[in-house]
Amino acid sequence: MKQVFSRPESLKDIQTHFCPGCHHGSVHRLAAEAMDEFGVRGETIGVASVGCSVFLYGYFDVDVIEAPHGRAPAVATGAKRARPDRIVFSYQGDGDLAAIGTAEIIHAANRGEDITVIFVNNTTYGMTGGQMAPTTMVGQKTSTSPYGRDHSKDGYPIRMAELLAQLEGVGFSARVAVNSPKNVMQAKKLMKTAFRYQVEKKGFAFIEVLAACPTNWGMNPLAANQRVGDEMVPYFPLGVYRNTANL
Amino acid sequence: MEAGLSTKLFVKGNEAVAMASVEAGCRYYFGYPITPQSDIPEYLSRELPRLGGEFIQAESEIGAINMLLGASATGVRCMTSSSGPGISLKQEGISYMAGSELPGVIVDIMRQGPGLGGIDASQADYWQATRGGGHGGYRIIVLAPASVQEMYDLTMLAFDLSDIYRIPAMVLADSVIGQMKESLVANPRPVATLPAKDWAVRGRGEGQLQQVVKSLKLGDGEMEAHHWKMHARYQELADAECRWEELQTDDATLIVTAFGSVARIARTAVAMARAEGMQVGLLRPITLFPFPSKAYADLSTRCKRFLDIELSTGQMVDDVRLSVARDTEVDFYGRPPGAGSLPTPEELFEQIAKNYRR
Ligand SMILES: Cc1ncc(C[n+]2csc(CCOP(=O)(O)OP(=O)(O)O)c2C)c(N)n1
Ligand code: SF4
Repeated sequence: MKQVFSRPESLKDIQTHFCPGCHHGSVHRLAAEAMDEFGVRGETIGVASVGCSVFLYGYFDVDVIEAPHGRAPAVATGAKRARPDRIVFSYQGDGDLAAIGTAEIIHAANRGEDITVIFVNNTTYGMTGGQMAPTTMVGQKTSTSPYGRDHSKDGYPIRMAELLAQLEGVGFSARVAVNSPKNVMQAKKLMKTAFRYQVEKKGFAFIEVLAACPTNWGMNPLAANQRVGDEMVPYFPLGVYRNTANL
Repeated sequence: MEAGLSTKLFVKGNEAVAMASVEAGCRYYFGYPITPQSDIPEYLSRELPRLGGEFIQAESEIGAINMLLGASATGVRCMTSSSGPGISLKQEGISYMAGSELPGVIVDIMRQGPGLGGIDASQADYWQATRGGGHGGYRIIVLAPASVQEMYDLTMLAFDLSDIYRIPAMVLADSVIGQMKESLVANPRPVATLPAKDWAVRGRGEGQLQQVVKSLKLGDGEMEAHHWKMHARYQELADAECRWEELQTDDATLIVTAFGSVARIARTAVAMARAEGMQVGLLRPITLFPFPSKAYADLSTRCKRFLDIELSTGQMVDDVRLSVARDTEVDFYGRPPGAGSLPTPEELFEQIAKNYRR
C-alpha cells in the first residue's frame, strides 16, 4: 500500500503539550514539512520565543536557541550572521512579536536579515492565560480586557504582515490560516516559499499564521476553528503582501 | 597586529579594547552608540568588514545583547560594549546568557547615573557589574583595567576566561581609562588551552545529536542542580583566576585599596605618603569578580588598617569588609560621580595622612 501521510522527519515522534484544537501543532508541521522538502534539517537552527511555542526544541528535530521574550529576531540575526550558511528561523507568538518584540522584528526585517520568521497570531497571550494582545480584536474579551478591547484606550489590532511589507528590506511577507483544508494547502505552499527565500538567499521572509487558541478563547476546538474564518480573516485578510523575488 | 611585537603605539583606551578583541579572534560585534564608549563600535565598524567579520549597529542595546546571545550560541567569539543606560538594557540578555552558560564579552565604560546621569567618570556601577545585574541569581566575570595597556590585555583575557568557564565576561572601566591616550604594546594573543565548544548550536548535521541552548529548566531538580553547578564554577574561578596588584604592601601599616582609574590617582598619593616616610601600600584588585578576597585576608593578618577609595559613596568597600580579617579597620573615602568629582592626588594624600596619623 502506498503511504500518503507520515510525520515529517524534522518533527520528533513525541506528543505535544498543546491543547486540543490548538493550531500551533499544525504550524509546527507545516514548518517541518518545508524543512524536509528542502532537505535542510541538518543545517537548520530554530530560535524559540517565549509563549506556548517555547518548547520548540522538544518537537523540532533541529538545533534550537531559546530567546528572551520578543528578542528572537535579534538572536536569529546574531546566529545567521555568525553562520550564514545555516537556515535560521524564528517562531513567535503575537505577544512576543507584535508587543514586546516590536523593535527587534521591525529592525531585523528592515536590515533584510536572511532569516525566516514564523508568526502565530492567535489574538491573545496563550501561555500566560489569555490576556489582551496587540492583535486582540476590537470588542474581544480577554482576561485583561474583561469589557472587550476598547480601541479608544487599547488601540486597534496590528496587521503585522501588511506593516512589514512596507519595509524595503523585506523579501517576502504573507498571511495564511490553517482553519480549512484549502487554507492549509495554501499555508503549506507559502510556508515553503518563506523557507525558499532563505535557501535561495533572497532576503527576509515573514509568514503570519492565523491560529486558534480554544483554551483562552473559551471555545471548543470546532467553534474556535470557526472563529478564525468568521472573525479573524475579515480583519486580517489572507494573502501575499510582498514577494520581491516572485518565488 | 601589524605593529609588531615591540612597537609602541599611542592609542585611546577604547581603541585598545577594540584592537584586543580583533587580536583575540573576535569577528562579531553588536552595539549601539553611547558616550563614552563609541570609539569601540567606530573602530570595529571599520575593521571587522575588512577581516570578514560582522559589525551590526543594533536597534538598541537589547537588540545588541541578543545578537551577541545568538552569535555566541553558534560558538563564535563575539563582543558588545556600552555604558550605564545601555548596560541596564542589556541585563535581560546577560541573565539569559548566564542561564544558558554562554560566553561573550561585554565592555562597560561606566558613566554617571542614575538615570541619564552624565558622561564623566564614575565607579557607581560596581554593584551592577559584580552582583549579576539581572534577575535570577548569577555572577559574571568582571575585569577592571587601570591603563590603556590593561584595556588591551584584559580584553583578551576576558575572551579566554569567558570561553573556559562559559560565563559572560565584562571589562569594566570608566571614561578616564576609555578616553585616555597612552602607549600600548599590542601583544599577540596569548596561547591558552580552550575547551571545545561542543555545546554550540551549528545545525545538527547528519547523525549528530540535537543541540539546544536554553535557560528554561523545568525538569525535576534541574534548576537547583544548575545553581549548584554554577556556584561550584564561581568557586573554581575564585580559586584559579583572581588577579590583583600590590605596591609596597610588605611593611605597610595602612593599605589603600582602589580599582581602575582611581587606583592610578591613589598610586601617586601613596608615593607622596612614602616620600613623607609613611608606611603606606596599595592593593588594586584587577578581577572584581572573582574578588581577590584572599589577598585582603592575607594582608590583613598583619596590616590592620585599610582605606578604600572609590568614585561612589561606597560599593567595593562591601567586598573589602567581607574579605579582611575581623579585627581590621576599613575606612572609606568616596567621591560620588559628578562633573569635577575626580579626586586629585593631593586630596587622596590628605586622606591617607589623616587615616595614617589617626
Ligand atoms: C520579559 C517578559 N515579560 C513577560 C513574560 C511573560 N510571558 C510569557 S509568554 C507571554 C506571552 C505569550 O503570548 P504570545 O507571544 O502571544 O504566544 P502564545 O503563548 O499565544 O503562543 C508573556 C507575556 C516573560 N516571559 N518575559
Ligand atoms: S493556551 Fe492556546 S496557544 Fe497555548 S497551547 Fe493552549 S490553545 Fe495553544
